Amino acid sequence: MDVKLFATSIWAKKVFGDMEKAYLLCDSKYFFMHEPNQQTDSLQDLKDIRRIMERSSRFISLSGLSGVAAGVCALAGAFISYSILDNYYGEYNSSGFFSGDDFSRLKIKLLVVAASVFVVAFASSYYFTWRKASKQGLPLWDHTSKRLAWNMLVPLATGGAFIVGMLRYDIWAFVAPASLIFYGLALVNASKYTLSEIRYLGYCEIVLGLINIFFVGYGLWFWAIGFGILHIIYGISMWTKYERK
Amino acid sequence: MKNPITGLSKVFESRIRLGVMSVLMVNEEVNFNDLKEILEVTDGNLATHLVNLEENGFIKVHKGFIGKKTNTTYSVTKSGEKAFTDHITALENMIKGVK
Repeated sequence: MDVKLFATSIWAKKVFGDMEKAYLLCDSKYFFMHEPNQQTDSLQDLKDIRRIMERSSRFISLSGLSGVAAGVCALAGAFISYSILDNYYGEYNSSGFFSGDDFSRLKIKLLVVAASVFVVAFASSYYFTWRKASKQGLPLWDHTSKRLAWNMLVPLATGGAFIVGMLRYDIWAFVAPASLIFYGLALVNASKYTLSEIRYLGYCEIVLGLINIFFVGYGLWFWAIGFGILHIIYGISMWTKYERK
Repeated sequence: MKNPITGLSKVFESRIRLGVMSVLMVNEEVNFNDLKEILEVTDGNLATHLVNLEENGFIKVHKGFIGKKTNTTYSVTKSGEKAFTDHITALENMIKGVK
């Protein structure tokens, strides 16, 4: 390009005898010929760069509906647990005592509810995210989702181990706050690897968990708010922002 | 009048090379298969462009192993980063300049 420009300017100097005019001519000629085309090209290039950067560094297929589904499952689970507990304490009040057998049966029942809520919530969230990914034509299990999974897993597994550790000392009171706090930390960490708004859901879970420390015994309520209502609010707002057409 | 295309690099005239650089700018290290998947190109095509970028000193190649399988990863070099940033600035200037 430079050589060509130089050659033209020499030629122009011969013709016009005026360097300034020659440059002006070259410049304007150059622009006249290339400008419209190059402008749309560079706009397209920038759009491509942006798309590739986003796609390659973040898992963007996470669907808002996954959040809603998880929230609904959590609310259903909280409701079932609440009625089981209600039933249990109702019986206890009427009979005046409760045996160790009854108590261990209650524990197993609640554990089964918790496990099934987890499975159903996971499966339904997986479904909606899978659906969004296939609509976008993106792979579900690529390096972005692997990285997201790993970065969520670190705080979550730490929290899980911590809670198991507390249960060894029969400390039940802090299970709900600890699970909310560690989950919130996992989300804040995850926000670097997926839709960044998930950070705010994380903050809310952390704050909720911290408040819960002062209201020990209301864990189920805090769980219902944190895993149920907050997920639904987050899910709906993400869905309206990114997916609604 | 300042020429707005100063900074545009010939190397990035290829969409694939531009794509490779975009991926490497936001990811520390990316292996061959992930690059292939993200950019939706064939092995041979990608390999040629990677060699070109390496020859220009814009990317670094690390040959490693996972078990017995080779795992080649790529990362961006300082000069590659600069060339890419200059290129983007030039693209932006071109869009702004005409408005």
